[in-house]
Amino acid sequence: MLSGNLLWVLSGTMLLGIAAGITGTFSFLQKQSLVGDAAAHAALPGIALAFLLTGQKELPILMLGAGITSALSVYCIQWIVSFSKLKADAAIGLVLTVFFGVGIVFLTVVNRSPLGNQSGLNSFIFGKAATMTKADLLWLFMSAIIIIVVSLLFYKEWKLLIFDPVYAKGIGLPIEMLKATLTVLIVMTIVTGIQAVGVILMSALLIIPTASARLWTNKLSSMLILSAAIGGIAGIAGTFISAIRTGLSTGPIIVLVAAGIFFISYFISPTGQIRQYYRKRQFRKQGDVG
Amino acid sequence: MIEFWVIVTGLLVGITCGIAGVFLILRKMAMIADAISHTVLFGIVMAYILTQTLNGFWMLVGAALAGILTAYLVQLLHSSGIQEDAAIGVVFTSLFAAGVLLITLFAGNVHLDVEHVLMGEIAFVPWNQWSLLGITMPKAVWMLLFVLIINVTFLVLFFKEMKLATFDPVYAASIGLPIVFLHYAFMTSISFTTVAAFDSVGAILVVAMLIGPAATSYLISKTIKQMFIYSMLFGALAAVIGYYLAKLWDTSIAGMMAAAVGMLFMIVLIGQKLIERKRKAHMHKLEIT
Repeated sequence: MLSGNLLWVLSGTMLLGIAAGITGTFSFLQKQSLVGDAAAHAALPGIALAFLLTGQKELPILMLGAGITSALSVYCIQWIVSFSKLKADAAIGLVLTVFFGVGIVFLTVVNRSPLGNQSGLNSFIFGKAATMTKADLLWLFMSAIIIIVVSLLFYKEWKLLIFDPVYAKGIGLPIEMLKATLTVLIVMTIVTGIQAVGVILMSALLIIPTASARLWTNKLSSMLILSAAIGGIAGIAGTFISAIRTGLSTGPIIVLVAAGIFFISYFISPTGQIRQYYRKRQFRKQGDVG
Repeated sequence: MIEFWVIVTGLLVGITCGIAGVFLILRKMAMIADAISHTVLFGIVMAYILTQTLNGFWMLVGAALAGILTAYLVQLLHSSGIQEDAAIGVVFTSLFAAGVLLITLFAGNVHLDVEHVLMGEIAFVPWNQWSLLGITMPKAVWMLLFVLIINVTFLVLFFKEMKLATFDPVYAASIGLPIVFLHYAFMTSISFTTVAAFDSVGAILVVAMLIGPAATSYLISKTIKQMFIYSMLFGALAAVIGYYLAKLWDTSIAGMMAAAVGMLFMIVLIGQKLIERKRKAHMHKLEIT
């Protein structure tokens, strides 16, 4: 059951879950969760274009293409919000669908080309964690570790940036640079993850572990640790479950495990529904006595 | 004739979505439409599993229920203190993942493959005909017409109420308008629109048609009526431009329509900025002289 390759894939999805849990927390607190969704969808045209231009399906080249269009989409959203009267939600929705549409256009061109059929680019839509090669996994390990280390290095600065941007500016922190670094890191997380879980479900890894962790704690440091842990557990458990039966894609199962954790947290966490129900009942009882 | 039906379908998608999109933009619910377009998959798969047919009617019901469920869950999470963008993100990714999983488990070998639901294949629309009242038209055209009529009826009946509930919800609630009912009724019509369009342009790209034309017309409209008219025009225009560009380069029609939506938006936004700048320069000149 625990063959060598599965062990590699397990540690890969675990690291991915941890990295996404950490960067997801920062984007969640900046209320940018759905920007991550748009950036993940926007990776598709980059992958297809990189393949069309170079004719190669080496992972680093595809990842570079994905990174460029993802970052471009984030920039487009910010540009539309600041230069037109559209609100953030409309800007995100517009950019997301248009980039994804362009991605489908390029992907169709790739699939029609003689080389394209074997390129396996379609697997980027839903991911193919179970069949990743060792070389692919090596890239995943490296970039996940870079993401985790850089996040820890910038922890103090980002914390200030999120909770008190005015003060951060006052003491001379390079705000724009810090914001850009955070965006780059989120894009990097997305690009790292799309091969394993696909462009559509990648945003789930950024959002769900963080949203679950938020239910348990009010402190940033414990939220980061919890979110990373939930992401890691979802990665491991999801890969494991999908390895039991062939034909189950890994991405959706990882997401469903994370969703399960969120669901449980929603009820039993300190701020959860069960606790609130009992508190309300207690209040009512006290009211009766008084 | 085949080309004719493809273009008619595209136009209907553009117009239906253009109408439905206006209130979506005004109520700042664009991302809920995106969420619904993902979760409709879940509803369609559930309808298939329960009825074991690919009947259009049950699909419509399943999709509408999934849409309402999405709107309800997002509202529930949001009202219990989770910020809205995260609530949307959690709900739609979970339900979408569940939909994908159910397809691979139970419906692997039927026509219901995930890529079809996501991207649609408008080029195949003319081959699936339906006859009703002696008229034979493609199934997709019937469905879109049906949803268009529902949407227009809803708007005609509740236009004043929707307007008030959108721009001044507190006042609307205080004079006793059923704003909760309006919210869910509107969400239902968005789900209907999504499922009617999913067969031709795909569930994800229908969001481009829902958000794009309305967002573009929001840039240049001064009244809500203007916004409806421009939105329909942009939707129809994007469908036609997208179709011919796709034919030119022999690529995905649905993808190209979404790209055309983006192009129209950019042209209008940049054109508007240029006109504004010219007007300002002109005013400046007048002030100096």
